[in-house]
Amino acid sequence: MRNMLRWIAARRLPITFLLLGLVILLFISVPLLKMVFSSDPGTLWDTLGEGEVRSAIWLTLYAALLATAVGLLLGVPLAYFLARHRFRGKRFVEALIDVPIVVPHTAAGIALLFVFGQDFLIGKAFHSVGIDFVSAVPGIIIAMMFVSVPFLINSAKNGFEKVDVRLEKVARTLGASPWQAFFRVSLPLAWRSIFAGSVMMWARGISEFGAVLILAYHPMIAPVLVYERFEEYGLDYARPVAVILILVCLVLFIGLRTLAFRGERA
Amino acid sequence: MIEIKNLTVDLGTFQLQDVNLKIEPGEYFIILGPTGSGKTILLESIAGLYPIKSGEIWLNGREVTKLEPEKRGIGFVYQDYALFPHLSVKDNLLFGLKQTKQPKTELHSIVDWIAGLLGVTHLLKRKPETLSGGERQKVALARALCISPQVLLLDEPLSALDPHTREGVQQELREIHRRLETTIIHVTHDFEEAIALGDRIAILSEGRILQIGTPDQVFRQPSSEFVARFAMARNVFSGEVRDVEKGDAIFRIGDLKLAVVTELRGKLHASVRPEDILVSKELFRSSARNSLRGTITHIDDRGSTLYLTVSTPLNFICLLTRRSFEELGLKAGEEVYITFKASAVHIF
Repeated sequence: MRNMLRWIAARRLPITFLLLGLVILLFISVPLLKMVFSSDPGTLWDTLGEGEVRSAIWLTLYAALLATAVGLLLGVPLAYFLARHRFRGKRFVEALIDVPIVVPHTAAGIALLFVFGQDFLIGKAFHSVGIDFVSAVPGIIIAMMFVSVPFLINSAKNGFEKVDVRLEKVARTLGASPWQAFFRVSLPLAWRSIFAGSVMMWARGISEFGAVLILAYHPMIAPVLVYERFEEYGLDYARPVAVILILVCLVLFIGLRTLAFRGERA
Repeated sequence: MIEIKNLTVDLGTFQLQDVNLKIEPGEYFIILGPTGSGKTILLESIAGLYPIKSGEIWLNGREVTKLEPEKRGIGFVYQDYALFPHLSVKDNLLFGLKQTKQPKTELHSIVDWIAGLLGVTHLLKRKPETLSGGERQKVALARALCISPQVLLLDEPLSALDPHTREGVQQELREIHRRLETTIIHVTHDFEEAIALGDRIAILSEGRILQIGTPDQVFRQPSSEFVARFAMARNVFSGEVRDVEKGDAIFRIGDLKLAVVTELRGKLHASVRPEDILVSKELFRSSARNSLRGTITHIDDRGSTLYLTVSTPLNFICLLTRRSFEELGLKAGEEVYITFKASAVHIF
């Protein structure tokens, strides 16, 4: 008993912090777990059988995936540039990248509408080649991209910053062009960070609601479907869809996270 | 041959200014300077990795000042080796070769040959993170040598190694240089390393080349405070260790023989610290193996200590306290004996 008290006394700080941390962990996990475990498997199965639900979930997943693909194509070069160059206004650019995280997402949706709506220049240009954003899949993709791309850019930038510049320099002396040095040295070495950032971006895209709602209520993504069922039919109708969405997200997210951090030393 | 003309490079807080160097084919050239004198940047400028402000760089009669680094054919080895951590040792060695358009079997035979030369064949399948410092350094050297560089640039290649490994890698460098006849530019802040390896040495301080010459010239007639201070702190001699007499290795400097302790053989250098030398008026019997008779040719009074130059006729600088100096009643021109232990002589 005495030993135990002494043991505790010597570890007051970690124990206190752990207890406080437990509160926040429970705060995250209890609502999710309660919702998942209190639902009736039969109802979940029936809900999953509905075409509307399935197509909403499918649309959510692939729209977010496409947003991530575009994010990779445009965001990784920016991340590399920021990691390798110092210039006036760099802080400003870095702050700008974080802006989508802090603006209310409905406001972001409206802002996008003002650029990609058919009455506006960019929207018009895209319309002339047959791409419309309002109430269409491209609208969902840009809404998801807007709010989620900071996660990818920041993670990729951190990854590139960790790659020693001298590795690239040595690659150059060994006959590699700047492009080859990037693809054979920097990119493989930053790959884990880029992949982890992509997973974050995809997950964040899947969970987006506000910005998508403004640009494209239809076709309906899963978070909008949950909202619609809650508004029109109430909690009992909305819950099974929400549970399925949570389960899909958890499985994907945990799976990909494991993949992303596999083999990484602490 | 590599020629650097009026090179000026902006280093932020100061500049590399008007660097002029002419390095002969097959020469082992040392750039010696204190930390922060711009040595690494100078090498990076030569390799095309750091933008220069003005000046020209010529490589075997061709101007390469504006050429991209990948087209210069200059091998580079960084102090901390900079091995590609995501690639095996073999793929590190293959990295540069893959850029060339040679058949695959050719590439592998080059890698096998270079790996054999540096004794890293058994490491080919390993990842860099599993290697020791000495192994990493050899792999980094091998990687640079695989592309048959016209010049090999070495940035403090020995300073991250422990003393024992350092000696081994130093021998390795000498051997590689002898066998491949590659022109090498090696920067260091270590005097003994510079003397041991360099055909010629350039002294770099605060961005300027202060002196260029053979190790002997540079240390016999130091034209900079930086080198003079070192030359005062060590009596450095070049000579040869060939044989052993009565258990002691013998270091020969012309006719003069010093008893030393070393496993090394061949053309080498010896250094004795001034404070390790005893000065006496009579020859006395002691356990110290080296006693020489000489004449005091110069006395440098530093207050509480004095530096005597004793010509045997080889000049030895000896450190005495004022009290010993006065008790012995020494004067310039007087004959004295100097005595030091075999183990006080450092052979490198």
